[in-house]
Amino acid sequence: MTKFVDLHLCAPFRDAEKLRRMITKSFGLGYRLVGIPLPPNVELDKVEQLRKICSEAGLDFVSRVDLTPNNTRELLASLRRLRRKFEVVSVFCTSKPVARQAAKDRRVDLLSFPVAKPRNRFFDSAEAELASESLASLEIDMAPLLSLEGYLRIRLISSIRREVAIAKSFRVPVVISSGTTSDFLLRRPRDYSALAMLFDMDPSLAFSALSEIPLSIVDRNRLKLSPDFVAPGLRVVRRRDP
Amino acid sequence: MIRRVKQRYLALKIESAESFEEEDVRDAVWSAVIELFGEYGASQAGLFLVQYDKQRKEAVLRCSHKALPMVHASIVSVTKIGDKPVAMHVLRVSGTLRALEKAGR
Repeated sequence: MTKFVDLHLCAPFRDAEKLRRMITKSFGLGYRLVGIPLPPNVELDKVEQLRKICSEAGLDFVSRVDLTPNNTRELLASLRRLRRKFEVVSVFCTSKPVARQAAKDRRVDLLSFPVAKPRNRFFDSAEAELASESLASLEIDMAPLLSLEGYLRIRLISSIRREVAIAKSFRVPVVISSGTTSDFLLRRPRDYSALAMLFDMDPSLAFSALSEIPLSIVDRNRLKLSPDFVAPGLRVVRRRDP
Repeated sequence: MIRRVKQRYLALKIESAESFEEEDVRDAVWSAVIELFGEYGASQAGLFLVQYDKQRKEAVLRCSHKALPMVHASIVSVTKIGDKPVAMHVLRVSGTLRALEKAGR
C-alpha cells in the first residue's frame, strides 16, 4: 500500500487543540507521515511531545525547519547550526543569491518560493541544474492554490506549470505538500493528485510527489542523522562487543 | 455510428459545520468548474447532481468520463459555499451508480 506523506503540515505549534485536530485529520485523509515545521530554537522535549501526539494518531512525525535567510551568509550559518537538529530542512528563497546557494548546498532538502510574487520565483533552468546535482527538491504547497482567487491564482498556476516542466527536464524531484494552517484546506492525496493536473503533472508523477519522493528524503536524512552513519554509502552495520 | 457517452459517478463528502441545500452544493460545484476551466470546459463536463443527503452531507455527482480529471480538480478546489468555509472530498469514483453504492456500504 502506498504510504502518503505531507511534509508541510503547518499545524500551529502553540495551539495544542488545533494541532491535535489537524494531525488526526491528516491520518483520516490517508497520510501516514507528516512533517511539521518547527521554530529553529525549539526544545527537544517539545519535539518529543509532538512525536508522541503523532504516534497516538497513527502518524510518523518528521521534524522540519523552514529557513528564510536574507542573504547567503545567513543561510550558511543557519545550515551549519540546524542541519543536524532537524530531519528535513527547507529554504524559502526570497532572493536569487539565496536560491542559488540553497540549490547547490547538499544540506538543503526542499526549495520553496514566494506565492504572491511570481517575479520572485527563481526556479529557472540554472537553478534546476544546481538542484539536480545536489539532490534538492522543489516543494509545491497546495493551500495557496485553494485559497487564492482570480488573477493571483491564474499567475500562480502558470508559474508552477513552468517550474514543474523545468524540474521534469532537469530531473529535479518535486514534492507536493499541503502547506496549510487551516484544516479546511487539507485534502486527500488523491485529491491533490487531481489538482496537480492544473499544472500538467500526470497522476503517476503526482503520486510519487506525494509518497515516494518525500519518503526517500526522510529515509535519507534519518540514515544520515543516525549514529551508524559514517559517510554517504558507508555505515556501521555491526559493532564488536566491548 | 454515434458512440455512447461514458459516465463517471463521484461520491462526495461535504465537510462543514453547517448543512446546505441541494442548490447551494450544485452551484458551488458549477462555479468551481467555471472558475477553473471556463464555460467551454464546463460545457464538456456533463455535470449532474444525482443524489444529495443533507443530513449525512454526502452527494453523488455524475460527469462525462473524459471530464473526470477536470471535475475532480474543481470539486477539490471548493473552499466556500456562500460565505461558509467547506471542504469537499471525493470519496469514490465509479462507472455505475450501483457499484458506487455497493462500495459505499
